[in-house]
Amino acid sequence: MSKFQKKRGASTPEVSTASLPDIIFMLLFFFMVVTVLRDASLKVTVNLPEATELTKLEKKSLVNYIYVGKPLLKEQKIYGTKPRIQLGDKFAELSDIPLFIATHKEKIQESQQPLITSSLRVDGDVTMGIVSDVKTQLRKSNQLKVNYSAKKEAK
Amino acid sequence: MARKSSRDRMKNEVNAGSMADIAFLLLIFFLVTTTIQVDSGVLVRLPPWSEDEPETEKLNKRNVYSVLVNANNELLVRGEPANVDELRENAKNFIMNPNKREDMAETPQKAIISLRNDRGTKYKTYLKVYNELKAAYTELRNTESQREFGKDFADLDREDKKVIIAKVPLILSEAEPTDFGEEN
Repeated sequence: MSKFQKKRGASTPEVSTASLPDIIFMLLFFFMVVTVLRDASLKVTVNLPEATELTKLEKKSLVNYIYVGKPLLKEQKIYGTKPRIQLGDKFAELSDIPLFIATHKEKIQESQQPLITSSLRVDGDVTMGIVSDVKTQLRKSNQLKVNYSAKKEAK
Repeated sequence: MARKSSRDRMKNEVNAGSMADIAFLLLIFFLVTTTIQVDSGVLVRLPPWSEDEPETEKLNKRNVYSVLVNANNELLVRGEPANVDELRENAKNFIMNPNKREDMAETPQKAIISLRNDRGTKYKTYLKVYNELKAAYTELRNTESQREFGKDFADLDREDKKVIIAKVPLILSEAEPTDFGEEN
């Protein structure tokens, strides 16, 4: 009997929180590894069109982004409302594209260079004129792997 | 009370209780900056640039599936107005030509899709058309590889993929856009 009485007297033991930091650290490391820091803040509105035949871009370091769209409202005073190109985090002209591609290429190992993809993030309402010009520039700088960025079509 | 000797103080450990807080702070920072979303899109290979005029190859008219998208986002397929929703089926029909019609591709290997747009065409429409044409080929390749290997095209290994690609090659030629329409 005395065995049972003993238990009643004891207060409920607290859960040890000593391992909490370890758990958090584990999560932390996970996110640190998968994180890609957002390097460019958008200056143009990009409302991606929808498509079904999508390919995922796996290696982010092998992708360079070209944004095309109308400047954001706060930029419209200076840059107007015509669609413009954004490379990195600033507005650019068509003639800046070859240099942009070349600078990105330099950072990549030579063996990986053929795998570089240019992701065209173009607003759906932009007309093809500017897109064709961008494509011509890409062809001239021999960057032929291109991805027309799109959202998965909502059924 | 006597002062603690310095030897006692040495034994004091750093309080690790706040470690969790620091880790949490970092965790939240990385949570916020993380973009899990993977970029996806329609992958294309552009033709290399050459300064001189491309050689004009005389093609048999029956093998060419011409698609025109004008500045009003309307479609003209082989000279007749068409709807985007029917494009996929029509293209598949054209490429495989199951009824051996005289005005459709002789063999899938000879079929050529010719896509032309206007500078005033909306990117949205262009991509939709491109997507449909690509989808037509994907579906054809899938049926072909199902018949041959009993698997979807995407699940095949490299060598088998080559076999299918040789059977149903994607030949899509894009002409320089016309500039009738108004650009925005």
